[in-house]
Amino acid sequence: MNHEEWSKLARIMSKRSLWMVHFCTGCGAMEMPPVMTSRYDMERFGMHAMATPRQADVFLVTGYLAVKTLKRVVQVYEQMRDPKYVIGFGSCTINGGMYWDSYNTIKDLSKYIPVDVYIAGCMPRPEAIIDSFLKLMDMIDKGEAIGWQKYRKYYDQYKRNQRMAFSYRLDEVKDIKEDDENES
Amino acid sequence: MVDYVKITLDIVTMLVMTALGFAIGMLFNGIARKITARIHNRVGPPIYQGYIDVLKLFTKKTNISHGWIFDFAALFSVAGIALAFLFLPVAGFSLLSGEGDLFLILYLLAIPALGFALGAGASGNPNAAVGIMRALMSMLAYELPLVMVIIAMMVHYDTTSLAVIVQKQANFHWALFIPVFFIGALVADMALQGMLMEKPFDIPIAPHEIASGPMVEFGGKHLGALMLYKMMGIVVETTLFVDLFLGGGVVLSVTHYGWIAYIVNFLVWFALIFFVFFIALLINAVFPRFRIEQALKFYWKYDALVALLILIWIFAGVNV
Repeated sequence: MNHEEWSKLARIMSKRSLWMVHFCTGCGAMEMPPVMTSRYDMERFGMHAMATPRQADVFLVTGYLAVKTLKRVVQVYEQMRDPKYVIGFGSCTINGGMYWDSYNTIKDLSKYIPVDVYIAGCMPRPEAIIDSFLKLMDMIDKGEAIGWQKYRKYYDQYKRNQRMAFSYRLDEVKDIKEDDENES
Repeated sequence: MVDYVKITLDIVTMLVMTALGFAIGMLFNGIARKITARIHNRVGPPIYQGYIDVLKLFTKKTNISHGWIFDFAALFSVAGIALAFLFLPVAGFSLLSGEGDLFLILYLLAIPALGFALGAGASGNPNAAVGIMRALMSMLAYELPLVMVIIAMMVHYDTTSLAVIVQKQANFHWALFIPVFFIGALVADMALQGMLMEKPFDIPIAPHEIASGPMVEFGGKHLGALMLYKMMGIVVETTLFVDLFLGGGVVLSVTHYGWIAYIVNFLVWFALIFFVFFIALLINAVFPRFRIEQALKFYWKYDALVALLILIWIFAGVNV
């Protein structure tokens, strides 16, 4: 069995057994119980919610992220084992949604951690969530869900964006910018 | 003169049996999830989901370790449970067995749990510490009634060997049909519920309270090994129950029927362990979780009391 066949087999296994850790930051948490329980039953696809990021494959960020919450999100993401996938849930993770002009929420999640699939809507219905899971499985099967490889490759860019978001004082932002110029 | 052919054949048989035990355990995991899903009025995962889950965990790319004890603990659990499986008579056919092996099996059943504790301790997570404290506590709770019932059986059958107990139950003289051991079987079944860590005794691995307890820091290949341990544990513990009370699945005598007897006995053993697991599963599907002191109270106040009465009954019956 050569490497290509082996990784294809690994992808098939990974696709049919996605364990999820859902980071319920906003109102999106409300849509998860119907997805997990008897009405929409995501266990049909071998998915179920895990208690800790160490055991999980899929990271579901439900809703808006304050800067403080983003720190925890990054920690959780970095604790997960490769290969790992991220689903951004709701408009808030795409462009800030109804918090578009808020001073303390981040607007675009994919600047801080790589997002494989976005679900648009406010709120997305459980059908949309199931659809995104199927889309993610399809992407894993084709080898397109490579967010975790991107995070390794562009680690310094992601870290820079995270540092920029965390430092709320203007002078600190300036310092980081100067550091980056010095480094380059 | 050392018989190398026999030794090689024995080792191959052991490897095949261990692989079979793991395969049955993984199948049971899938069936359990399917049945639980049907009780919850869901569709549920396919019954081969257990195989997919374990294979996926072994194909994960990164493995975060917390020192060599952490790596060692997962292996320790898997090896301990596989050894316990080889010592049990499966369908009347035991590979490694000696005199007084019931004590040895009780000891071997505690080893994997200790491996579990080692790994949890090495991870240094407070949730793991709480979880392992609860695991050892509930082990203390369910072992007392179980051991008392087993001692009663040892006195009744006048042996400490599980293989002999299985032999004496041949031709459907099952211990279950003796009234006092029918009650004993109920007591042991409650202990089995705690051993299998099914609800209401899934206190050690309460996912919503303490984030899956001892397994909190495990992931990737480590978690794969621990899942193998848990799945094999189902097979080992239900087989112990079947050997004690249901004649170990022996329905045909090997001397009369030859190899057909092995196959039939094996199928009967499979049906019986599935039946025992099915009961545990039904209780699991409808009950919420006990707190640790409630579980301790249940086992020591009711279960152990009944077990003590059985023990007194058996001793009085023997002496009079």
